[in-house]
Amino acid sequence: MSYTIEGRTGPWELVIGLEIHAQVISQAKLFSGAATEFGAAPNSQVSFIDAGFPGMLPVINEECVAQAVRTGLGLNAQVNLWSRFDRKNYFYADLPQGYQISQFAHPIIGEGAVEITLADGATKTIGITRLHLEQDAGKSLHDQHATKSFIDLNRSGVALMEIVSEPDMRSPEEAGAYLTKIRQILRYLGTCDGNMDEGSMRADVNVSVRKAGEGFRTRCEVKNVNSIRFVMQAVEAEARRQIEVWEAGEEVFQETRLFDTARGITRSMRSKEDAHDYRYFPEPDLPPLVLEQDWVEALKAALPELPDVRRARYVAMGLSPYDAHVLTLEKETAVFFETVAKGRDAKLAANWVTGDFFAALNRLKRDVADPPVTAENLGALLDLISDKTLSGSLAKQVFEAMLETGKAPGEIVEERGLKQVTDTGAIEAVVAQVMEANADKVAEYRSGKDKLFGFFVGQTMKAMQGKGNPALVNEVVKAKLSE
Amino acid sequence: MHPTDFTLRGALDALSEGTISSVELTQAHLDGIAKLNPRLNAYITVTAEKALAQAKASDERRAAGQVGALEGIPLAIKDLFCTAGTRTTAGSRILDSFVPPYESTISQKLLDDGAVFLGKANLDEFAMGSSNTTSASGPVENPWSRANDPDTRLVPGGSSGGSAAAVAARMALGATATDTGGSIRQPAAFCGIAGIKPTYGRCSRFGVVAFASSLDQAGPVARTVEDCAILLKSMAGFDPKDSTSADLPVPDFAKACERGVKGLRIGVPKEYRLDGMAPEIVALWEQGLQWLRDAGAETVEISLPHAKYALPTYYIVAPAEASSNLARYDGVRFGTRVTEPGSDLRDLYERTRAAGFGPEVRRRIMIGTYVLSAGYYDAYYLKAQKVRALIRRDFEQAYADVDAIVTPATPSAAFGMDEKQDDPVAMYLNDIFTVTANLAGLPGLAVPAGLDAQGLPLGLQVIGRAFDEETVFAVGRTLERAADFSALPRLRAGA
Repeated sequence: MSYTIEGRTGPWELVIGLEIHAQVISQAKLFSGAATEFGAAPNSQVSFIDAGFPGMLPVINEECVAQAVRTGLGLNAQVNLWSRFDRKNYFYADLPQGYQISQFAHPIIGEGAVEITLADGATKTIGITRLHLEQDAGKSLHDQHATKSFIDLNRSGVALMEIVSEPDMRSPEEAGAYLTKIRQILRYLGTCDGNMDEGSMRADVNVSVRKAGEGFRTRCEVKNVNSIRFVMQAVEAEARRQIEVWEAGEEVFQETRLFDTARGITRSMRSKEDAHDYRYFPEPDLPPLVLEQDWVEALKAALPELPDVRRARYVAMGLSPYDAHVLTLEKETAVFFETVAKGRDAKLAANWVTGDFFAALNRLKRDVADPPVTAENLGALLDLISDKTLSGSLAKQVFEAMLETGKAPGEIVEERGLKQVTDTGAIEAVVAQVMEANADKVAEYRSGKDKLFGFFVGQTMKAMQGKGNPALVNEVVKAKLSE
Repeated sequence: MHPTDFTLRGALDALSEGTISSVELTQAHLDGIAKLNPRLNAYITVTAEKALAQAKASDERRAAGQVGALEGIPLAIKDLFCTAGTRTTAGSRILDSFVPPYESTISQKLLDDGAVFLGKANLDEFAMGSSNTTSASGPVENPWSRANDPDTRLVPGGSSGGSAAAVAARMALGATATDTGGSIRQPAAFCGIAGIKPTYGRCSRFGVVAFASSLDQAGPVARTVEDCAILLKSMAGFDPKDSTSADLPVPDFAKACERGVKGLRIGVPKEYRLDGMAPEIVALWEQGLQWLRDAGAETVEISLPHAKYALPTYYIVAPAEASSNLARYDGVRFGTRVTEPGSDLRDLYERTRAAGFGPEVRRRIMIGTYVLSAGYYDAYYLKAQKVRALIRRDFEQAYADVDAIVTPATPSAAFGMDEKQDDPVAMYLNDIFTVTANLAGLPGLAVPAGLDAQGLPLGLQVIGRAFDEETVFAVGRTLERAADFSALPRLRAGA
């Protein structure tokens, strides 16, 4: 069933497209040599070019172009060997040149497609319209002084990729999944860090609603939404607003809106009539950007493994599609998992990473990039399970100890004597004691009360402080009771 | 011989022979400036102390055997070139206190070759003008005057009017200039000196205040073709800081001056024979072609069918780019800021730009904004770009048959400072012969070739193939030699 919102006049479909602004990972800005590090002191990473001084000229940073091409390849998109920069003209205090250098008519990347995975396991293809390179503006700070605004130009000139989707999404979930997927691909490629709270990735959300079978109705753009959750909320809030407008017999006007995260509603920012006339024209300071096919091929050959490919590989390794999906969502998780799984049972590794390890991350509020146990130590724990040194329950105890102490599992097993007992004689002795102490229950069992079997196993394990090999304990109890 | 009467070549020789020092040469020019600049207003800023210190350092280098290509030569720098630590105004109030912390590539190259900077030459505001009357620092006067009307003060042409007037009046041995639609060639012709706009991309634009980026090109003005060649050799070359500069070797332009024109085919565009053109200009043009034929060249009529659209095309493209290039003068980061208590951002922009820009600059920003606006872009800017491509193609086709093209430099001699001032279109017509070279990106050289009936200089223009300044210099030098231009302006240093 497709997603709809129920209005007074019946169900409404949603039509959603996203424009994602992703800050390119690069040492220097798009057109100047100034650094791009986040969080530096205001105006400490600004060249005369970024500040729009007289006579300054832009010079394209090849690495930023390479990053855009890598991203295009990762989005299965067409790489345009000829593209061009344009000027987008508008006045603002944090826009030093009075124009933004962007690619309006001829973007570096053309059409592409990505596949998104939904919660029910279904997949859907979302079309990419284009990706273009542009420079970011600076930042206006209005809260530093009673009557003055301050300008920080550190961000001025930093390279952005604007990734425009087709209006292919039909629900908040799909919008969220699409943004998640783009973020995932960019992080895998190392072309954008995807840190939405630092603003290095943000989305403009285009939303319209319609009745089943209709063409597109007027859309509105919700600007600068800075988390996946907010994108999903903004889609729903804006769709509900538009449904109310249509159902009140009024018309939705094309406009730019902002998402008020506190109140969960969208607010009008400016209508089409107030829209800037950006007076785009070809940037005369830069010749067209011409790429060599060989150069693109070399970038393609050096591309890291992408999440879809990795996920398929994991499924081929015997993992469930769900585990494969979860483990490939973040590149760091996949790398962690592969270290754990290296030379070991992949399924066992997947169970531990998605189970106890993820639970520990949640509980301790840690990140896979800063894990409470190393992948090497978790792998060593799996080895102790495989060679039967530890039972499953003992392994969980050891894992808890690893979280507390950060020590290697071998060390913990030694220190605490947690080594599993596989000596049949020792187990037999304990089982004999248990049977002796519970002679009445032995009689009951032997007279047909089979359910007591578990009781004897439990008592034996308890007496062995959990160290008995469960399979052997089972075997011995069964044998002894049958005597 | 008075030290200010040297050609640049002659001064290099004299310095080399030790008959004069750079300090003496520089001081003579500074004296000339002190005497004439109050009237001519060719310099906005005179850097006398700096110049003498540079000259002294140059003499010391020469004594130590380190001799650059321009060692000890005093030059004027158009005040559109950013000079580190020296105020750079672009002839505008909006930059009247702007001291760049950086040096333009071209001025740096000149310094590296041992040149001495006398100061910053006056210009039309942001290089917009053909009479050097739009400068915030006041108009420049042409050192020439009419024989029959010596009291009428004449314009030096523009926008590089300060550069041309300074060189003509012997207040510098040469000067840097820039040319967007004729701003080197027209003032050179008006002031009886030579000036070349090189091929677009030959010289770096880094550190030169931008007017119209796709048309702007810097070049030298000097009193001889060879002096221009020497200066251009130092100014030209690839610059990684300007993405539009050409990564090509810089030829020995001075050597090319002596190549001669034997066997060259010289194109004469029939579309340049305008109705009502001054008979003196027509006659001079004919004379110039005859001189070239006498020197062994062949002249052939060619057609540049789209040349008649060049001026309107130029007056769409140039203001469009200017409207964008000048957006950065907003009072936020540098330059003039005009604000009132309670001013918001928009108010700051409006006050600053209204006070900072003169009427001609405001007019061109308005035109440029208009032609780029939604609904007008296709009819104006896009159409102009298409015509520009056709003009470029006209030249490509012409150069399949000829090696260079010779035309008049200007439709008239220098006019009075109070003439044409209230008719922008009449003023724009000054560029009629020169704008095509900018639109097509081609090199164009103005050579003084004769005098009109009032004794005012007239120039011819040589237009060459892209990056073939060598042929342009060869043709220009041939014209110069034949013309044997020896008239002198009434106002000049050492006179």
